[in-house]
Amino acid sequence: MHGLVARTLQCFVQDTYGPERWRSVADAAQLDLPEFEAMLDYEAQIVGRVLTQAEIELGKPRAAMLEDIGTYLMTHPNNERLRRLMRYGGEDFIDFLHSLEELPGRARLAVPDLDLPPLELTETAARRFTLVCKCSGPTRRGYSHVLAGVLRAMADDYGALIVLDLEAGPGEDEMIEIAVVEPSYSAGRSFELGAHGAGRDG
Amino acid sequence: MTPLALPQATLDRLCPMHARLDAMGRVGTIGPTLHRVLGGREYRTRHFSELFDIFRPRQITELAALLALDGRRLQVRLVGQGRETLRGLALPDASGGAVLDLSFGLGLVDAVRDHALTSSDFAATDLAIDMLYLVEAKSAAMEASRTLNRRLQGAMLAAEERAYTDPLTGLRNRRAVSQVLTDLLRRDAAFAVMHVDLDFFKRVNDTLGHGAGDRVLERVAGVMRELTRQEDTVARVGGDEFVIVVVGTGDRTRLAALAAQLITRLEEPIPLRAETALPPARISASIGIALRSPGEPMPRSGADALLEASDAALYDAKRAGRGRYAFFCPEVLRRGRDRRGSSDRREGSGEGSAR
Repeated sequence: MHGLVARTLQCFVQDTYGPERWRSVADAAQLDLPEFEAMLDYEAQIVGRVLTQAEIELGKPRAAMLEDIGTYLMTHPNNERLRRLMRYGGEDFIDFLHSLEELPGRARLAVPDLDLPPLELTETAARRFTLVCKCSGPTRRGYSHVLAGVLRAMADDYGALIVLDLEAGPGEDEMIEIAVVEPSYSAGRSFELGAHGAGRDG
Repeated sequence: MTPLALPQATLDRLCPMHARLDAMGRVGTIGPTLHRVLGGREYRTRHFSELFDIFRPRQITELAALLALDGRRLQVRLVGQGRETLRGLALPDASGGAVLDLSFGLGLVDAVRDHALTSSDFAATDLAIDMLYLVEAKSAAMEASRTLNRRLQGAMLAAEERAYTDPLTGLRNRRAVSQVLTDLLRRDAAFAVMHVDLDFFKRVNDTLGHGAGDRVLERVAGVMRELTRQEDTVARVGGDEFVIVVVGTGDRTRLAALAAQLITRLEEPIPLRAETALPPARISASIGIALRSPGEPMPRSGADALLEASDAALYDAKRAGRGRYAFFCPEVLRRGRDRRGSSDRREGSGEGSAR
């Protein structure tokens, strides 16, 4: 499994609950080293073990934790770069939704060996969408929960008001029903192109 | 097919950085993004050469010359706007004029920042925004890579440090000495190798215990550190064997003084921990010294040869009695090879004691 995924899990626990809690999780998961590196690969089993121990340590059901991770990815100051990359998806939230099918491709542009599940977006009615996550294989299970966290955070970022509804299936697929109640409900956060030029300001 | 007649707004959306030139080469309308980049400069009816410095493939100031290039890639600067180079393409229109279309090329990132452009300033088909995305994504990925490299570098240095350090005394070890000697030989430097062997150390170990032995070794290390300089190397290369590499000198008098001082200091009684109620430990040391001057021919295994030489001198010093030092000279080595050899003192072997 890509180190970015493992590292995200570690940073989520560290940044949200403190380094002590992370150490407990790492100990309970019997990690050789309590540090994941973003640019190395890890056995999916190890990452799975950490996830399970985090559930126990933090007393949070998996689905809720995965969604928190998605939100964390978009909102924590340490991940500002990632939020910016997501904002390249579109001018407004609807635009952003339409760009979601490109997400795995965009991820691959950035990190060639980062393999995200394919997504399919269908507009079912005005401002109503169905997003299908093709979560084949056990390591992708629960991806829709992470994505739900991402969507909620990005809706805030664009200033849109949305309602999400998660469903399982068919098969290994996971589904998110998205209702955009109000595309420009609030001002949202600013996004300037080129504000983070070619490594200019880190 | 009917001739193409476009509304201006269509051209604006398709090519937001275009300029239409009339048959005289004067600028008519321009696209909204180019308008923005020109920053409110008056352009209407001005000749294109007053606004656009087309300098590649060659300097172009006339419409005829521009059209003669037949769609070749142009490099263009905006007159009065610095060195920023745009990419351009000029093709004829249907009425004797031309359409000149521009893009930011590799200067895209700077241009977007300088002119505060947004994605609506680019045609939806333009990959410019994707290029910006890629630049940001690449910097982020590169940063993560760098972080990893920095951490690995730190870990490597720490591992190296451990690999070159004697854990008991914190001195360097034999591996470090070989490395240092090899480096010095490669730089053809002047230096001396002092091989120090403790005398009566085994007795300390046997009568006062290994704890006392360790205490003595720590104390010896402290004395050696004290009497040498930062740039010298002090290493523990065996149980009670040490090597000091003194750099930048071939001065026998100074080295003899150092050796004598070292022996004197090491012969001072070493107090052991008060609570053990043991008597202070007493040791001495024998020292063999080999010199190396720049330009001296050296066998390929120069480091080993030098250690061997200092070892031979050490043997010589020991044989002369404990608590002495001796300089290496080739005769010593010859005798060293036959260590049962005679006890005759050769001239210049330079021996002495601290007493």
